[in-house]
Amino acid sequence: MKAPSQTVVRALKVLLFLICLGPLSVLVWKGFHQQLGANPVDVITRSTGRWTLTFLLITLGITPLRKLLSSPWVVRFRRMLGLFAFFYGTLHLTTYIWLDKFFDVPAMLHDIAKRRFITAGVTAWTLILPLALTSTAGWIRRLGGKRWQRLHRLIYFSATAGVIHFIWLVKADLRRPLTYGAILAILLAYRLASWLATKTKSRAVATHDSLTSVRP
Amino acid sequence: MLIKKPNDIPSSEVTPKSAYVSRRTFITGAIATGAALAGGLYLRNTGSGDGSVEANGAKLTDIIKSPFSTTEKPTSFKDITNYNNYYEFSADKYEPNGLSKNFRTRPWTVKIGGEVKKPKTLDIDTILKLAPLEERIYRHRCVEGWSMVIPWVGFPLSALIKQADPLPRAKFVAFETILAPDQMPNQKRRVLDWPYVEGLRMDEAMHPLAILAVGLYDEVLPNVDGAPLRLVVPWKYGFKGIKAIVKINFVEKMPPTTWNIMAPTEYGFYSNVNPSKDHPRWSQAMERRIGDSVFAPKHQTLMFNGYADQVASLYSGMDLQQYY
Repeated sequence: MKAPSQTVVRALKVLLFLICLGPLSVLVWKGFHQQLGANPVDVITRSTGRWTLTFLLITLGITPLRKLLSSPWVVRFRRMLGLFAFFYGTLHLTTYIWLDKFFDVPAMLHDIAKRRFITAGVTAWTLILPLALTSTAGWIRRLGGKRWQRLHRLIYFSATAGVIHFIWLVKADLRRPLTYGAILAILLAYRLASWLATKTKSRAVATHDSLTSVRP
Repeated sequence: MLIKKPNDIPSSEVTPKSAYVSRRTFITGAIATGAALAGGLYLRNTGSGDGSVEANGAKLTDIIKSPFSTTEKPTSFKDITNYNNYYEFSADKYEPNGLSKNFRTRPWTVKIGGEVKKPKTLDIDTILKLAPLEERIYRHRCVEGWSMVIPWVGFPLSALIKQADPLPRAKFVAFETILAPDQMPNQKRRVLDWPYVEGLRMDEAMHPLAILAVGLYDEVLPNVDGAPLRLVVPWKYGFKGIKAIVKINFVEKMPPTTWNIMAPTEYGFYSNVNPSKDHPRWSQAMERRIGDSVFAPKHQTLMFNGYADQVASLYSGMDLQQYY
């Protein structure tokens, strides 16, 4: 796919930004129109939780997408998508801290220690926090590309913890959490496959080099 | 220990405190109900006039107020019928209402058997006339940490048990939900071990607070809440209240119960509301009252859901941390 011009990318970014605010706008609108059902806190919790996972998976989908479409420019949307995953994750966590626990710190610590799905959820958020903090160009420079990239692989673990959080909180009927799990598995398998492929290729190249001493 | 909330029920309808906390009144009430039963004093009109109370939304009449009702403000009909666990239809609490709309509650029979002198199969319309219908406004506490106040219409489970005349060796009552995968979409998949089964110890089943519900807000029980016949045991977590009952069996040994089969460490046979017995998923110390503002603080959960005065004696000497 041909790379769009700078202006088009910028316009697309604005559009994407507005689209990403959609789920929150729907919640706010419903909240003001008494449309959040019998248990609004439950609806807010579930909605923000699902969107967190969705944005994590979309973010993880960018790399395969750019390779498959040979469109390196799509990577320019990745930071925004990742930050929206963090944004919805933070709304999700805030709902828990405020509307579920009403800032009862001992009760929350008890939850984290005792309830494994809470442990997994808090882990997922904690793992994505440094990624949000180091998402600026300044931090990429400060850390250096290689180290920054290595740090940002934490998203694999954050998304995994997020899916486990969802699986563990469901009482019965695992279809929804397992759908997220299956998509995550495919996205991670893609990375594993491409990593193995690079490794094999570099070994093949190395072998070839040693035999012929000619650079391909 | 009862939660006191300002209520908008006219004072004429408020049950005097003495009526619901005093054990004596409690016993008197039970005797009165029994007398009414024995005398057959209450002939009921069944709404449509032809003796059938089939349709959802049909009015139930000649409902007696009960001294066992709480004076707390009932949860709205809309919330009660739109936020509900009914796994046979969906694992989502908002979906069963729509999915259960065409559920057929007629013809309907309940098979009563096991260790009884008089095994029988009763038609639902016969069951409806078994005992005077009472309004029982009960607190309802879900194991998931939310609660409602529900104006059930029903009759004591003991009235039906007496009809069956259980043998002395009957120590437990086992209930079973209808198995109808053509009508209950989730029964086509092994979400739970179908059909749903529940049970009570005999003394729990005979307790005057345990009822079989056939109505809600003076109307025929909506399908979503377990029509045509469901169990309500207000001092236990909501999932003990088995819905759409087709079988009642009297047995010697503790019967299996669905959620206990699913996750024995999470759900015990007794499942009494107990704020001091932590659940692996949810804190049971607090509950969110459905209908409260999003920012309203949660309510403290009470031992036996606030019915300790009436039911604590059933469990004297039992370690409730072990027998949860």
